[in-house]
Amino acid sequence: MFVYADNAATTKMSKTAIDAMLPYLDTWYGNASSLYEFGQKSAEALAAARETVAGCLGAEAREITFTSGGSESDNQAILSAAAIGARKGKKHIISTAFEHHAVLHTLKKLEKYGYDITLLDVHENGIVTPEQVRGAIREDTCLVTILFANNEIGTVQPVAEIGAVCREKGVIFHTDAVQAAGHIAIDVKAQNIDMLSISAHKFHGPKGVGALYARRGIPLVNVIEGGAQERGRRAGTENVGGIVAMAAALSEACANLEKNAAYVSALRDKLIAGLKTIPHAALNGDETKRLPGNVNFCFEGIEGESLLLLLDEAGICASSGSACTSGSLDPSHVLLAIGRPHEVAHGSLRLSLCEENTSEQVDYMLREIPRVVEYLRSMSPVWKDLTSGKKQFML
Amino acid sequence: MALYSDKVMDHFRNPRNVGEIPDADGVGEVGNAKCGDIMKMYLKIKDNVIQDVKFETFGCGSAIASSSMATEMIKGKTIEEALAVTNKEVVEALDGLPAHKLHCSVLAEEAIKTAVKDYYDKNNIPYDRSRFPDCENCGSCHMV
Repeated sequence: MFVYADNAATTKMSKTAIDAMLPYLDTWYGNASSLYEFGQKSAEALAAARETVAGCLGAEAREITFTSGGSESDNQAILSAAAIGARKGKKHIISTAFEHHAVLHTLKKLEKYGYDITLLDVHENGIVTPEQVRGAIREDTCLVTILFANNEIGTVQPVAEIGAVCREKGVIFHTDAVQAAGHIAIDVKAQNIDMLSISAHKFHGPKGVGALYARRGIPLVNVIEGGAQERGRRAGTENVGGIVAMAAALSEACANLEKNAAYVSALRDKLIAGLKTIPHAALNGDETKRLPGNVNFCFEGIEGESLLLLLDEAGICASSGSACTSGSLDPSHVLLAIGRPHEVAHGSLRLSLCEENTSEQVDYMLREIPRVVEYLRSMSPVWKDLTSGKKQFML
Repeated sequence: MALYSDKVMDHFRNPRNVGEIPDADGVGEVGNAKCGDIMKMYLKIKDNVIQDVKFETFGCGSAIASSSMATEMIKGKTIEEALAVTNKEVVEALDGLPAHKLHCSVLAEEAIKTAVKDYYDKNNIPYDRSRFPDCENCGSCHMV
């Protein structure tokens, strides 16, 4: 059996998105900046896509800038808010310890330019509270950037409440909604969001396309300089086919959001319940306040990469926060942020489901994963030390 | 291109000499669970020859494959031959490892040496300390 359970890494493009994209690859391939009618067809498609994306997010079309994806959107949002802050002498930014690296590395860069960064604790359940944000805001705070839902453990943050605090304090609030868009309801106005990043390939759109919402009145700083595309906010000939496909995918995902979320979260809960029966295993992140498709466990006494390789042999595509899968010696900063010790964080497994997964696939995973975990434990000196009492179990 | 060579995958899928030797003459454990890999090697030695060898490993695919290959390379060999095995030879025998996985082969070499050292210590056999890994003062877990 083949089971693709890594939808948080990327998703399959939907038929709707592919169909929407194709005419702009071989029929209407003109440059949207060209004057002639043939090129203007592309410009019209871009305008329609902008309306669609804006509509799905509760924004206005002119508040949407198309980018190359989530990382670029995050970079541009943060650098723009930082620039606005600098003009007023405000150089303090609040974020969390478990943001995506697109956010964390941008903040690291700003730190070198004299910005003061506060990373909020995310607790054992992987959720930040609005009170924490309130407590951290200072006179010189120019930005609060907190992800909508975590990419590894799927925990959903109280975005609307955090946004309300920021609104009250007059601080720009950006949220990386790359994992959330198309999966849980987003309304930038109702949720008090000033800036928001999305990426098409996380909701069955193509790779290499994303969008940045910036509330009217928030000027953007260019990350890519050049032509006057995207009203001068993002240079480069527009990826028309990709943008059209993103709009189609987001529109489809949002239209089916409740139905998909109900179906996928039922699969998720079945998977979580089954994996919990493995001894010395623990779910990472809050059990209910999580993305419909996210399952993330730590299994004590084993290492994640070997787990992934054996699951791959069994036809299961998954991911892990172990150091060996990241190419560094440290395991996932997300798992460390929720307080998992290094030893335990190395043995993590993320399964991310979508509406194409089936109950049969969950049954299959619930047969294969315990088998593989048991096999790896049988050859693990760490597991032996734990079971013999030489070391204390942590889970 | 796959991450690992066929040889690595073969040793990972079907590791040779997995397990424990309860009455081992020498046992060596190297690595650190914090860093994500621990190798434990058990030796049965008679007349200066490694009669049997087994391993247990907590770690990634290349750590398991490196341990398995190392045990094959020293089984039936004299202690001197086993001590002469280098991490480079383990890598070559596996048809290569990705650059960021080379430390797994270093662990395999060190596991052999640490197990032999344990055998020497238990039997009061004198040896040159400089030939063995100095785990107390080694920072290799903090470097790649």
